[in-house]
Amino acid sequence: MKTKLSFRRKAVNAVMLSITGIFTMLAVGLLFFILGYLFVQGGFSLNWNFFTKLPAPVGESGGGMANALLGSAKVLLLATCIGVPIGFLAGIYLAEYAPPAFASTVRFVTDLLNGVPSIVVGIFAYAIIVQGIRVGFSTLAGGVALGVMMIPIALRSTEEFLMAVPGSLREGAMALGATKSRTIATVVVPAAIRGLISGMMLNLARVAGETAPLLFTALGNQFWSPGWRQPTATLPAMIYEYAKAPYEDWHRQAWAAGFVLLTLVLLVNITARSIVARGFAHKSR
Amino acid sequence: MTPQMSPDTVNRMPNEAVEAAQPATTGEQPKLRSCKLNFYYGSFQALHDISLDIHANKVTALIGPSGCGKSTFLRTLNRMNETVKGSRAEGEILLDSENILEMEVSQLRRRVGMVFQRPNPFPKSIFDNVAYGPGINNMVRKSEMAERVERSLRRAALWDEVKDKLHKSAFDLSGGQQQRLCIARALAVDPEVLLLDEPCSALDPIATAKIEELLFQIKDACTLVIVTHNMQQAARVADNTGFFLMGRLIEFDNTDVIFKNPKMKATEDYITGRFG
Repeated sequence: MKTKLSFRRKAVNAVMLSITGIFTMLAVGLLFFILGYLFVQGGFSLNWNFFTKLPAPVGESGGGMANALLGSAKVLLLATCIGVPIGFLAGIYLAEYAPPAFASTVRFVTDLLNGVPSIVVGIFAYAIIVQGIRVGFSTLAGGVALGVMMIPIALRSTEEFLMAVPGSLREGAMALGATKSRTIATVVVPAAIRGLISGMMLNLARVAGETAPLLFTALGNQFWSPGWRQPTATLPAMIYEYAKAPYEDWHRQAWAAGFVLLTLVLLVNITARSIVARGFAHKSR
Repeated sequence: MTPQMSPDTVNRMPNEAVEAAQPATTGEQPKLRSCKLNFYYGSFQALHDISLDIHANKVTALIGPSGCGKSTFLRTLNRMNETVKGSRAEGEILLDSENILEMEVSQLRRRVGMVFQRPNPFPKSIFDNVAYGPGINNMVRKSEMAERVERSLRRAALWDEVKDKLHKSAFDLSGGQQQRLCIARALAVDPEVLLLDEPCSALDPIATAKIEELLFQIKDACTLVIVTHNMQQAARVADNTGFFLMGRLIEFDNTDVIFKNPKMKATEDYITGRFG
């Protein structure tokens, strides 16, 4: 009886261990599978031209996506210039000044904003920028759409990292005659700076792959987009366009673009996390 | 234990009577004077009618069991308590006969510095920690900052240990060194009064001894008020000692009198370890 029971326990344990283990492997393996698959499919058509040349006209093979790379960079720069300051300053207000009841309301609303489907944010940018103020399809409109998407995470991550700064540091600064704003600027924010920077990088990485809001804001472009008020190519939108086109060569280019995009996002992620990790090592000493 | 009887007796005592118990300082104007101070956290009254004189260049210790209000009183002296929501102070606290409750708060805190229970160096270099106060208060020119930092670290008896690593992180220091760094940081703005809130409670006996020794050296230039749980510490470092119980100041006198010949039964019971 006793041995039977213990055998059953061991068996159940072994089964559970293997099932959970296998599914963990599955979850972890997925990233490597995607990365590998992208590389196999597109890695071979990835060459220097991809980074330097404009897309080839229909019918011609070769060409690259230099305009989409630059377009994405411009859109993301603009998004950062919009999302980061708004989120950062509002996060400071929330963490340091806001009365608790109001803060929880803001938090709730921000989380709702974070849950707005990206295509809806795209429609919003389309209605306001493209049509409303008649800028038309443009880098500007795409940047605004992604910038709006960055606000909630920028705000919440700022708030969280500032809240993690021990109150004793604020007291220490105020006991030396620092005003509240001075304390925030010279002690609290510097103490949280690694977290803040990495939070913004992760945020950027998150919106870098957004496609839907760009389709009818930045639109797309086969050529260079000279300023901020013209339609522009972006990597995700280019992938979408190339993948659905009926040309074998374009498919390979789409895979290559996907590989480049994923690699960039991963690099940003890893850099951001290593910044935080170094920060904690510094603290615990 | 009958603490109820004692507070009333003290509170009815006029201020002069308390002062008269300190022959060494009679006649001098106190550096800090608390007059009938009441303090509330919301509806809870944490301090009842505290009247107490703190004399210049002396060490004043505040003792009493946990929750007796000694830390609250200390933190009222530089208005650190204000950050607590719903808190309110009534009465007067005079710093050189100027009511601190009406002063500009950052100005007050520059004059009345504070060292906390746990060392709280900023996540900056040792140099930048000490330079912080003079920097934000625009007290010295950039060229004079190094001198000011050295002087402050010397006063806090830390210079020899850190002079070769001023630009290393303050977190590289031991707990006792960090606390002395915090004292140096507080001294760097030349405070007239330095409040110490159980500054040694997180430190080992050797680090504690160093800090106590240091207090003797800095009291020439600074008035010190120290809250401590450690009665031996109060007996060692303080010139005057106040005993708090349940938000009231039970007895305030020369440290010798408090420890050898207390007038109040509650003080004696606490000193001799009958409660607390």
